[in-house]
Amino acid sequence: MSEPSKEVNRHTIAVLVDNEPGVLARVIGLFSGRGYNIESLTVAETDHAAGLSRITIVTTGTPMIIEQIKAQLGRLVPVHKVRDLTLDGPYVERELALVKVVGKGEKRVESLRIADTFRARAVDSSNNSFVFEIVGAASKIDAFIELMQPLGLTEVSRTGAAAISRGNKAI
Amino acid sequence: MAKKKMQGAEIVIEALKEQGVTEIFGYPGGAVLPLYDAIFNQNAIRHILVRQEGGAVHAAEGYARSTGKVGVVLVTSGPGATNAVTGLTDALMDSIPIVCLTGQVPTHLIGNDAFQECDTTGITRPCTKHNYLVKDVNDLAAVVHEAFHVARSGRPGPVVIDLPKDVVMALGNYQEAGTAAAEKYSPRIKGDQSAIAEAVRLLGQAKKPIIYAGGGVINSGPKASKLLNDLVKLTGAPCTLTLMGLGAYPASDKQFVGMLGMHGTYEANLAMHDCDVMLCVGARFDDRITGRLDAFSPGSKKIHIDIDPSSINKNVPVDVPIVGDVGSVLADIVRKWKAAKPKQDKAALKKWWGQIDQWRARKCLAFEQKGEIIKPQHAIRRLFELTQGRETFITTEVGQHQMWAAQYYNFDKPNHWMTSGGLGTMGYGLPAAMGVQIAHPDALVVDIAGEASTLMNIQEMSTIAQYRLPVKVFILNNEYMGMVRQWQELLHGGRYSESYMESLPDFVKLAESFHAAGLRATKASELDDVIKEMLAIDGPVIADIAIDKAENCFPMIPSGAAHNEMLLGPNDKADKPISEEGMVLV
Ligand SMILES: Cc1cc2nc3c(=O)[nH]c(=O)nc-3n(C[C@H](O)[C@H](O)[C@H](O)COP(=O)(O)OP(=O)(O)OC[C@H]3O[C@@H](n4cnc5c(N)ncnc54)[C@H](O)[C@@H]3O)c2cc1C
Ligand SMILES: Cc1ncc(C[n+]2csc(CCOP(=O)(O)OP(=O)(O)O)c2C)c(N)n1
Ligand SMILES: [Mg+2]
Repeated sequence: MSEPSKEVNRHTIAVLVDNEPGVLARVIGLFSGRGYNIESLTVAETDHAAGLSRITIVTTGTPMIIEQIKAQLGRLVPVHKVRDLTLDGPYVERELALVKVVGKGEKRVESLRIADTFRARAVDSSNNSFVFEIVGAASKIDAFIELMQPLGLTEVSRTGAAAISRGNKAI
Repeated sequence: MAKKKMQGAEIVIEALKEQGVTEIFGYPGGAVLPLYDAIFNQNAIRHILVRQEGGAVHAAEGYARSTGKVGVVLVTSGPGATNAVTGLTDALMDSIPIVCLTGQVPTHLIGNDAFQECDTTGITRPCTKHNYLVKDVNDLAAVVHEAFHVARSGRPGPVVIDLPKDVVMALGNYQEAGTAAAEKYSPRIKGDQSAIAEAVRLLGQAKKPIIYAGGGVINSGPKASKLLNDLVKLTGAPCTLTLMGLGAYPASDKQFVGMLGMHGTYEANLAMHDCDVMLCVGARFDDRITGRLDAFSPGSKKIHIDIDPSSINKNVPVDVPIVGDVGSVLADIVRKWKAAKPKQDKAALKKWWGQIDQWRARKCLAFEQKGEIIKPQHAIRRLFELTQGRETFITTEVGQHQMWAAQYYNFDKPNHWMTSGGLGTMGYGLPAAMGVQIAHPDALVVDIAGEASTLMNIQEMSTIAQYRLPVKVFILNNEYMGMVRQWQELLHGGRYSESYMESLPDFVKLAESFHAAGLRATKASELDDVIKEMLAIDGPVIADIAIDKAENCFPMIPSGAAHNEMLLGPNDKADKPISEEGMVLV
């Protein structure tokens, strides 16, 4: 077999699990125990009737490592489905961030202007602060945060990625 | 409908019975007393009282590996559960089906640092295949049924069920085993047919094939061994086995080229290195097998049959992955081979065997027993020869003696060889032998041991006495942690730091104090008599065999080296220095 690729890529993986105690610890323990990266991890119940939660994991690795990660996830007993959205075709990925910017005068005006071009909403304001809500790809949020840095950025809360495939096929 | 409610503890025992359990290995304590009450009140399940919970898990492992059944363990909360952790990890690494019931403090006290509380599911999460904390008495039966299903299905492994005391004391409903567990967890059994066809094509065209089989064949059951045998015969290929696979193919057959890997034979390792088509059957390309990865069998097409997708492409990228059960996939391969009747290149195969015979001619396992100092290889060889004709099960501890047992005791049948391969747990062999003997009361069970390992679970001699188990502990006593000493000699400039044991016990007296017979051989001329006497005694024996203290295990592929850089004997080491990358490996 030819040398496997050593190129490290970012993958977004969707995992459907039984919503039972310990399942998140199992997934996180798998990543820490085997030395895999977690860039972000998002989890919430998505099907109450069936008792299913969906975990979205953004990770990085060589193709062999990514294959291992999926195989290791797949063999956990409470895991029903593992999908590599990055490999399986086009998908939508969104993250939400709340960004607090403190400042007055020109800086305050400038932050509003930038928020507007990013379609971020001010969900809270005081006479010297805003909390912006921004939704988008991680890279867009990164860019927004960077621009807010000199304008009085004081605090950020991010959700991590939620992702779903495009088109009519379900997981 | 309205069935009589049962107590949780009775539900557990009832579910064990329904799962066909007849023996459990355990040790009581406060949190599991209701379960001990339920055990007291019935006769279908025999409880074997060990002397330390670690012993219970290894005993259950020996029981499971020698029968193909699930081994069952019962321990109390806190220290009972933590003592079981080594055994659980051992079972996970070696794919042994175990169900371990642990007591837990009552649910309302969980999280309060209550007496003998520990986070058992948290602690055992990474060392079990799956675990459960049962919080409702009405879930108990279903959880037990599911645990057995998970432990034995797919790649087998240990499963823990944590049982809070209030739950096993509450009244609830029993539920018979249904199909729910199988619906929830159903690993793939049947292999992909096009991949199987490709495998047959590759094997049929091979000029230098090899079949490399492992513990997965044993896991799959005796039928899989039979099919492996058929395939080896059909293809005319050489067959090599891992440490965990020994017995899956008869060692006495001429197509068997011996164990492979770090202490495998010259012919097996060179054939792996030079082959053009490799069929890996239920083995996991462990680092003890591959040596330096970039030099592992560089020119071959690789086919890999494994029930666990995570074993495939983990260390070594393969060309034809086949996810499925060894038995099922081998049956398909054999059937397809017979239908396709591939035209093999007989001349090439003949040349290949000619090459293998040249490697064999190096006689890498040759040893010389001269004088009165007992060579360990000779001791194992004589044990093997003198136990022929009896149904014999061998367990081992971990170290040089384990490797010599693998090299010089030949196994022709599966399930007769029990060793700790993946975790390498010293102290495994004695309790494992106990478990094997419980399952096979009339068979001969020998623990091939090192003196250091034996001391790690020596307390189980007391269990052996209580249940009158005629286990034989055959100690190759070199007064050293021999395997450690060997690495220090070869890799650490002969600095024998802490690998010599002073004040070892007198094993003969030790045996006697445990109501067993103690025997000793210090000279080669005494060896046969001691072995014969050991075999003649109808009860437990410790035979202390004083062996050559300086002997090393060869062949050896030093860590970080490639297969064709093998050390064949003590004179080989000087011209092959060990790399720095190799030094950091274990
Ligand atoms: C001191 C020491 C020295 C050692 N030296 C060596 C050595 O020289 N050579 C050697 O071989 N080992 C050696 N070992 C053992 C080694 O560490 C590994 O435990 C062993 O090589 C693994 O064997 P295996 O590949 O057969 O896999 P196992 O650990 O037996 O794994 C079985 C594989 O089969 C799969 N499987 C399970 N059930 C099925 C099924 N029904 N169908 C399909 N697939 C299935 C599993 O998913 C897994 O991938 C040594 C150990 C010690 C302690
Ligand atoms: C629980 C445990 N601790 C430490 C080790 C490391 N180790 C591997 S072999 C060995 C020495 C074993 O000595 P002995 O039982 O006398 O066997 P010998 O090698 O001498 O045959 C040690 C300490 C281990 N495998 N297991
Ligand atoms: Mg020793």
